Amino acid sequence: MDPIVIIGSGLAGYTVAREFRKLEPAASLVVVSRDEASSYSKPMLSNALAAGKGAAQIANATAAQMAEQLKARVLAGAEAASIDTAGRVLQLGGDAIRYSKLVLALGADPISVPIDGDAAADVLQVNDLAGYARFRAAIEGRKRIALLGAGLIGCEFANDLAAAGYGVEVIDPAPRPLGRLLPEVAATRVRAALEAVGVRWHFGTAASAVSRTASGLRIALANGDEIEADVVLSAIGLRPRTQLAQRAGLKTSRGIVTDRFLQTSAPEVYALGDCAEVEGRVLPFVMPIMQAARALARTLAGAPTPVIYPAMPVVVKTPAMPAVVCPPPAMAGAWRVIEDAAGVEALYEEEAGRLTGFALVGAACVRKNALANALQPD
Amino acid sequence: MKTWQCVVCGFIYDEAKGLPEDGIQAGTRWEDIPADWSCPDCGVAKADFEMVEAVAA
Ligand SMILES: Cc1cc2nc3c(=O)[nH]c(=O)nc-3n(C[C@H](O)[C@H](O)[C@H](O)COP(=O)(O)OP(=O)(O)OC[C@H]3O[C@@H](n4cnc5c(N)ncnc54)[C@H](O)[C@@H]3O)c2cc1C
Ligand SMILES: [Zn+2]
Repeated sequence: MDPIVIIGSGLAGYTVAREFRKLEPAASLVVVSRDEASSYSKPMLSNALAAGKGAAQIANATAAQMAEQLKARVLAGAEAASIDTAGRVLQLGGDAIRYSKLVLALGADPISVPIDGDAAADVLQVNDLAGYARFRAAIEGRKRIALLGAGLIGCEFANDLAAAGYGVEVIDPAPRPLGRLLPEVAATRVRAALEAVGVRWHFGTAASAVSRTASGLRIALANGDEIEADVVLSAIGLRPRTQLAQRAGLKTSRGIVTDRFLQTSAPEVYALGDCAEVEGRVLPFVMPIMQAARALARTLAGAPTPVIYPAMPVVVKTPAMPAVVCPPPAMAGAWRVIEDAAGVEALYEEEAGRLTGFALVGAACVRKNALANALQPD
Repeated sequence: MKTWQCVVCGFIYDEAKGLPEDGIQAGTRWEDIPADWSCPDCGVAKADFEMVEAVAA
């Protein structure tokens, strides 16, 4: 029989492979990746600096080691160019691979906003190990970092850089950090705590140009201010990689559209992870990927299994002011906030006081498991 | 004996059970696990685990 082929060697691709192997010790399996296919934990990219870890320490296995562990062929440096879903053939540049089942675990691209200036091309992004290695090389021996974006990843980098002794300026059009995740009182605590470790905020404006000066870079803001920095890092958000699926005629929307079985609109083609939109939701976090990978592994092994998500709290890795958020699936209710000097507990409630999400900051983070258990799986 | 949970993916390490498949014997206390050990599910560092009072559902 033709092999099961997984495109992508990130957390989604490798976790499906590993979970599948537990169920099917012998079936033939291929993992295809356009990068080096080393296995690493992406969440560590935004807290490795202060911990003194470089890209080499973050990688925990090479492609060859993964091939051995998974008893799979791992094709590194192989870009999937097109899919013939009728003939079940994956085209890799020159080569073609026939598949019995195909898994798309393609990840997402960092969003970049148009910026003027002769150094616009120097704006860095960190969404994989190679990007992290470039970033670390760029900040080596430098002092001032400008960060575009005060979302989850922007705040984590801001905290990590500040803790490692860098001067950090964060620019975001929103009025406060973590605007999409936390209610205002909770976000205000994170803002103050990061300020206390040296982060400077520029809210309500955006970078319009980045240009070179004698000593580094100058970032011109839309509000007329200017910031001097050595390195600019953009962490504005992610867009699921849908192009390959689109070209193959698969249904896409924000991500590659799948049902609860992670099945796309094409037969024997599945998708999960940052590239997928599962029943209308894109959930680019580790926990939902683990759930999806386990369900899909069973489906691939012949027992169709829908993904069921338990409560999946996301920890914001900002040691200056820890936060945990379990975003409500729909914004149909209101936040109820309990706060004291040590922290904030915000409960998202729908009609009749039904808890559908929560956000915790500071000392209140200890309530994470109790609240997660109070939420219903969905 | 205590339980520890990976804050990123929810994986639970139970000292009483250990992780025999990882070469960690039942009864191995958290502080005796090497610092370069990482989460078997998502790969984050040992530092990203926290103690949990009761085993989560
Ligand atoms: C800095 C940072 C910190 C984070 N922190 C957390 C956190 O604390 N908690 C949390 O839950 N989540 C966190 N996340 C999110 C989480 O890390 C991601 O959701 C997850 O790692 C995505 O895994 P993936 O396998 O879907 O995508 P990726 O890891 O991006 O993998 C995609 C793979 O597809 C390959 N690929 C793409 N296109 C092709 C092609 N055409 N041909 C061949 N190969 C291709 C790529 O080479 C890559 O191997 C963080 C993300 C970032 C960037
Ligand atoms: Zn984990």
